[in-house]
Amino acid sequence: MKRIYVNEEYCIACRLCEVHCLVQHSQSKKIIKAYKEEAPQLMPRLVFEEEGPLSFAMPCRHCVDAPCLDACITGAMRRDEDTEAVLCDEDRCVGCWMCVMACPFGAIQRNLKGTKAASKCDLCYGDEMPACVAHCPNEALVFEEREQ
Amino acid sequence: MRYVIIGNSAAAVGAIEAIRQYDSENPITVISDETHHVYSRPLVCHLLGELVDEDRMYYRPLDFYERYGVEPMLGVRATAIDTQEKKVSLAGGGAVSYDRLLLAVGGKPFVPPVEGIDLDGVFTFTKWEDAQKIDRHIKDHDVQTTLIVGGGLIGMKAVKALMARGLHLTLVELADRILSISFDHTASKLAESILRRAGAEVITGTTVKEIVGKEGRVDHAVLQDGEMVDCDLVIFGIGVRPNLDLILPEPEKRTGIKVNQGILVDAHMQTSVPDVYAAGDCVETYDMILEVERPIAIWPHATRQGHVAGCNMAGIEKTYEGGFPMNSEDIAGMPTIAVGLTDPQEHQDEYEILERYDRGALTYKRLVLHRNRLVGAICVGDIDRAGIYTGLIRDRVDVSPFKDHLLSGSFGLISLPKEYRKHMVVGEGIVV
Repeated sequence: MKRIYVNEEYCIACRLCEVHCLVQHSQSKKIIKAYKEEAPQLMPRLVFEEEGPLSFAMPCRHCVDAPCLDACITGAMRRDEDTEAVLCDEDRCVGCWMCVMACPFGAIQRNLKGTKAASKCDLCYGDEMPACVAHCPNEALVFEEREQ
Repeated sequence: MRYVIIGNSAAAVGAIEAIRQYDSENPITVISDETHHVYSRPLVCHLLGELVDEDRMYYRPLDFYERYGVEPMLGVRATAIDTQEKKVSLAGGGAVSYDRLLLAVGGKPFVPPVEGIDLDGVFTFTKWEDAQKIDRHIKDHDVQTTLIVGGGLIGMKAVKALMARGLHLTLVELADRILSISFDHTASKLAESILRRAGAEVITGTTVKEIVGKEGRVDHAVLQDGEMVDCDLVIFGIGVRPNLDLILPEPEKRTGIKVNQGILVDAHMQTSVPDVYAAGDCVETYDMILEVERPIAIWPHATRQGHVAGCNMAGIEKTYEGGFPMNSEDIAGMPTIAVGLTDPQEHQDEYEILERYDRGALTYKRLVLHRNRLVGAICVGDIDRAGIYTGLIRDRVDVSPFKDHLLSGSFGLISLPKEYRKHMVVGEGIVV
């Protein structure tokens, strides 16, 4: 499957990945409206890390043997049969945070102000190109098929 | 060829999904003494607490059996296994033949021999049915005061449910602190103070000596130290033990299946009898930290072991490398995560402890290192990205180059050496 890969050397910490992730998952899909009216219930579905000159975005890796799938007690976390993406059904999630405990990438966040559910990358479900990758100005994020 | 699975929870589902990855033809029969479609045992406390409705109890969609070609025999109890004839006997007569059998029979709640446990109003708390019975008891008898025996994880689940129902509760724990298995002293005491602040009575260092009834129904309990606790409801949540009902007594004679505390399995999750596999809370597996075989009854391991068993049952070799305890538990609104060996009791000089306790923000983190490898972590209050610790424990990463960053507020993948980080993100053979 196609996954998002991270080239930390190219990341310039512009954080447009976060911005466009949030907008993409908003109701309005409009940048100002999303930030003014929908945030903070809405949050970027990737984790951005920055320290000194080093920075990168860390979206869910959609692991083959995903520990979050084993850990999820509700069945909210599931693998999509068509895309193989690991998706979280936020209506079923009860916020037990077993997935937060299990993910070795720390790529699953708690949305405490909005859904109270686990928040993670869904590869912009159904879109050709995830928004974070599409808006990364420096190809620090790429979306491609690689040999495992 | 027929696959037969006894049990209908996490390990069973893990196995069914794995088998169907490789074998869409051969029939799978699931035998369970419970009548429910596959549901989530950990959500039983949410159900009793009226935090989820019945529709959300199901761990898989209602067409799961149909889609996965499973013949469910629900409400049917398996009574014996004949490993010579390869047959499972059923209560009420009849038998099912198997070619490959999976024992996913789970754990059984442990109830100590206390006087009065047969009274109306005394319950264990692991199954859907338990939640229904307790709910009915609460409603029928206008329960106001409750007693929970056991301050471990099951006890915490009972606390969650009863607090959500607005009932007064007393928690009794035999050890000198609650959560003594998964927490260290500081985290336990913090958890106790959170519970007390939320209105619970927490009594440690003693347990119930006798439950006293009135007209056959619970009225109060007497503790070992003589103290009396008023209660209309008692829940025993001391712990679970591997369910060996189908195997004991005389396991070797009856089935040939070897057991210790739990069913013994190899790395393929096969028991000592060929074509009989076992997974989940009923087995003993390798504890990667303590380096011993023992039961670790937690949901993620059951799912994974079921998956490994299912692959091997379908003829695809897969190994289970072991695990270690881990749990995420909400304690009266306070998120907590405990992973691995958090409070070593032996050879303490070999361990290095890193701690950060913020009394203002009510957050506590404790990391346990053994020869520069992380072996345990506790996070109370601030649990974000705790999984990175879990990964470092599992991968036995030498943390000495970034030890000073482990407890910093900005700790993340960015704190890890570039090599390891790159390996995680693009590495071969790992979870990615």
